[in-house]
Amino acid sequence: MSSKSNDTVVSEHLPALRDALGDGILSEVEFRGENTLNLTLAALPKALTICKEKLGYQMLLDISSLDHFGDDPRFEVVYELASLDDTKHLRLKAKVSEDESVPTAIHLWKAADWHEREVWDMMGIPFADHPNLKRILMWEGYPYFPLRKDFPLAGRPTEMPDVASTGVAPMEGGPFVTAPGNEGVAKREPRARHQE
Amino acid sequence: MDSPVTSSAHAAFDSKIEGNIIFTRVDAAINWMRKNSLWPMPMGLACCAIELMATASARFDISRFGMEVMRFSPRQSDVMIVAGTVTYKMALAVKRVWDQMPEPKWCIAMGACASSGGMYRSYAVLQGIDQLIPVDVYISGCPPRPEALIEGLMKLQDKIDTEHSTQDQKKTFFEENA
Repeated sequence: MSSKSNDTVVSEHLPALRDALGDGILSEVEFRGENTLNLTLAALPKALTICKEKLGYQMLLDISSLDHFGDDPRFEVVYELASLDDTKHLRLKAKVSEDESVPTAIHLWKAADWHEREVWDMMGIPFADHPNLKRILMWEGYPYFPLRKDFPLAGRPTEMPDVASTGVAPMEGGPFVTAPGNEGVAKREPRARHQE
Repeated sequence: MDSPVTSSAHAAFDSKIEGNIIFTRVDAAINWMRKNSLWPMPMGLACCAIELMATASARFDISRFGMEVMRFSPRQSDVMIVAGTVTYKMALAVKRVWDQMPEPKWCIAMGACASSGGMYRSYAVLQGIDQLIPVDVYISGCPPRPEALIEGLMKLQDKIDTEHSTQDQKKTFFEENA
């Protein structure tokens, strides 16, 4: 284990990224020892390449995505990077509008394959030059992207003969949510709470 | 070798024959055979499958009731135990396995998810396997304890005991040839 803390190690890397990317870095956030860089989409592939090849982030832990419904650009992709000895963690974020696609990171990390397919399947953000960009959880031909904010939790009816069909789940006043507080288990446990 | 009593006197009670004859109805005999030799098809799809495995293992031991012969081929099974969350992606595969099982067959929906979708009120989960295949016994629980599964299987045995398949066959035969 390194005696240096994560933020010390990462902050040594930041000048290298700043020099290489320039205006590509929109902002830098440090919160409780976690470092996040907000990038432009154009600067993202270069930043990932530098992190992998120069700064020693050998692992891609995760790619996730956010839907800022109503904003423009609407989506945001989040890359979680780490080094194999677990001394360095870095988070890179870039906003993506609805008609844009994100360059794939497969040539840097093979792990990006399934993560990018999952982001495509659930959120509908396409990845350019991905060799096998098809759905990973839902079936090919399912017409919706279920994690988008404008998709109802109960689902929408679809029909693909001999493959699968979906229906609308009865919500019965749900979704069923827990209520924080000290009122006792009976009050806290998940119930349908009508929103006023 | 003949015993001296039967060979000489032809007694009304013949122990050799008497032990091998029972008086019953065909339906009752068939039901007795079917219910005491249920071969389950374990359709383990989620955590309920862990309880299903516990039920089959030494501590709970469903072989006490003649149900221990789990078959992973649907063609050799009598009762499908749907144990777990049926997603829409899996739903038609479950139906296909069910269709491959020979008649007579029964289905048990084990746990909240298989019975009604359970806590998964969502776009991805079938809201109860009874939307695709007919269910004989629903078992509540999330997941049900092995005792609950055994209770469900015994309820199924009771249900099989009330069936009258040959009687129905005879009825249909006479109606068609009247």
